[in-house]
Amino acid sequence: MNNTAIDNKNEQKITLKVYRENRGQDSGSHHDTFEVPYKKWTTVLDALLYVKSYMDPSVAIRYSCRMASCGSCGMKINGVPKLACYTKISELEKSTIECEPLSNFPIIRDLVTDFSRFFNHHKSMQPYIQTNDSTEADTSKGTFSFYQSPEDVDKYLQFSYCINCGLCYSACPTVGTDLNFPGPQALAQQYRYFADTRDESKKRLDIVDDRHGIWRCHFAGSCSKVCPKGVDPALGIQLLRSYMLGISKNDKVPAKKIEVNGNNNNNNGADTE
Amino acid sequence: MKEIERSTRNNLEGIGGWLNPSRYGWERISYWLQRLTGVFLLIYFIGHVYETSTIVNGQNAWESFLELTQTVWGHLFLIMVIGASTFHSANGIRLIFTHAGIGLGTPGRPDYPYNPASLNYRQKSGIWIALILAAAAMFYGFNVLFGV
Amino acid sequence: MDLMSCLECNESIKMVSRTILKESQIMKIHYITGIAAIFVVALHIMMRLVVPFEQSLEYEYIIANYKNIIYVLILESILVLISVHGFNGIRIILLELRQSRAWENMVTVVTISAMIGLIAYGTRTIILANGL
Ligand code: SF4
Ligand code: FES
Repeated sequence: MNNTAIDNKNEQKITLKVYRENRGQDSGSHHDTFEVPYKKWTTVLDALLYVKSYMDPSVAIRYSCRMASCGSCGMKINGVPKLACYTKISELEKSTIECEPLSNFPIIRDLVTDFSRFFNHHKSMQPYIQTNDSTEADTSKGTFSFYQSPEDVDKYLQFSYCINCGLCYSACPTVGTDLNFPGPQALAQQYRYFADTRDESKKRLDIVDDRHGIWRCHFAGSCSKVCPKGVDPALGIQLLRSYMLGISKNDKVPAKKIEVNGNNNNNNGADTE
Repeated sequence: MKEIERSTRNNLEGIGGWLNPSRYGWERISYWLQRLTGVFLLIYFIGHVYETSTIVNGQNAWESFLELTQTVWGHLFLIMVIGASTFHSANGIRLIFTHAGIGLGTPGRPDYPYNPASLNYRQKSGIWIALILAAAAMFYGFNVLFGV
Repeated sequence: MDLMSCLECNESIKMVSRTILKESQIMKIHYITGIAAIFVVALHIMMRLVVPFEQSLEYEYIIANYKNIIYVLILESILVLISVHGFNGIRIILLELRQSRAWENMVTVVTISAMIGLIAYGTRTIILANGL
């Protein structure tokens, strides 16, 4: 399909090769080619939306924020997992751009993939603060704030910037063959809660100490290479493993709780995240 | 519409992802080489245990087996083994330190352009040193075996 | 998209395996055998390099080696260390390749028996050559 909607002689054009497949209809897969005008600032997502608006509205993509915050527009761009909204056409310096669905995620349609397995791995890491003190949940006794120093926050802050875009999961070679391996995202989140002084769970290391667990990471580093938010999941995984090997000692002091008066608490500063 | 299965292996990168180290930098190359050399060395090791077992059948058996291996190709194979074991050892030591969280830097506050702390030059030079050591060992092995 | 199938998917992910050794213990063994193997293999090679390469392969020379108790100990430890390290490495690769209970049990059985088999075979050589 070669199409040009705007006939402007001076405009630069890029060839967009888009993967097409509808798993619901079993009709096989193919690539469609589009010629799209672009400017210095045009992102791959912009180009795909141009295709949808003026050339072929049936191209399926998933996106929301267009500013690398929601993590929904991940796709393989020229073979490497990237966020489409965070990748400018001009910086790729190629005359053809190939857009394919993220590998390691089952394809639903075209560039849209199924994240269920990815999210289930995330959930199995128990990604929430766990404390031993059950009175905290009881708001009739007033609410608590946790006290954390900036140093405490720095230990996990980086990992909490994860937007669940799945790029690391797509780049990881182990995930590419092992369905039961939690993947870089989930393991880095395990470290994120392990390092958080508010969390008192004793089970965190056991959850990942499985034959398909953290030990199936071989530090190929591809996750950190593709992460668009600087989460550096490979670092989190190795730091977690250093506790399991006994190199780092877990001397975490649980965060102090400061009682907040129930009434004039506006809840804003309660969470450090 | 057919129901979309979730536990499928659909669109998994598969073993092709292991075998193509070209897209993600040096750490991925190290992963690839570590795996290939590991498998290769185990195969050699099994062969070596079998090869040396001919000694129990007396001098003739031993010498006839030696003839099979002491050829130009046998020596070239041995040089490969020398290189593979040197790389696997040196890079393996680096990886053990890495798995123990040593030499990776510390978490901080990420900022554009978000260069990850773990993919630092200490790690990369570890890989390069392993490669250089392997090359040097192969060179040495070449000199011993071919007596240049 | 519906909750049921998500839950099913979660079931298949949480296939927690009951094992004798924890994976972290296995991996500690993997690291220790790896490092130890480097040292004994280095000794093995060095003992070969003290004489010219051709001489190191002569029948009498090797039989004499097999009667040297230190050399025998080095050979036996190389045999054990590399077998454990190597076959555990193969186990790791095979576990990552496919996932099902049958496959994983098969991988465990096959790699452990191959490991024991190779150690037994190599030890046989050492014992018989020692008696020659
Ligand atoms: S760790 Fe990075 S690449 Fe992985 S899901 Fe989170 S933001 Fe995306
Ligand atoms: S659209 Fe939200 S991350 Fe790209």
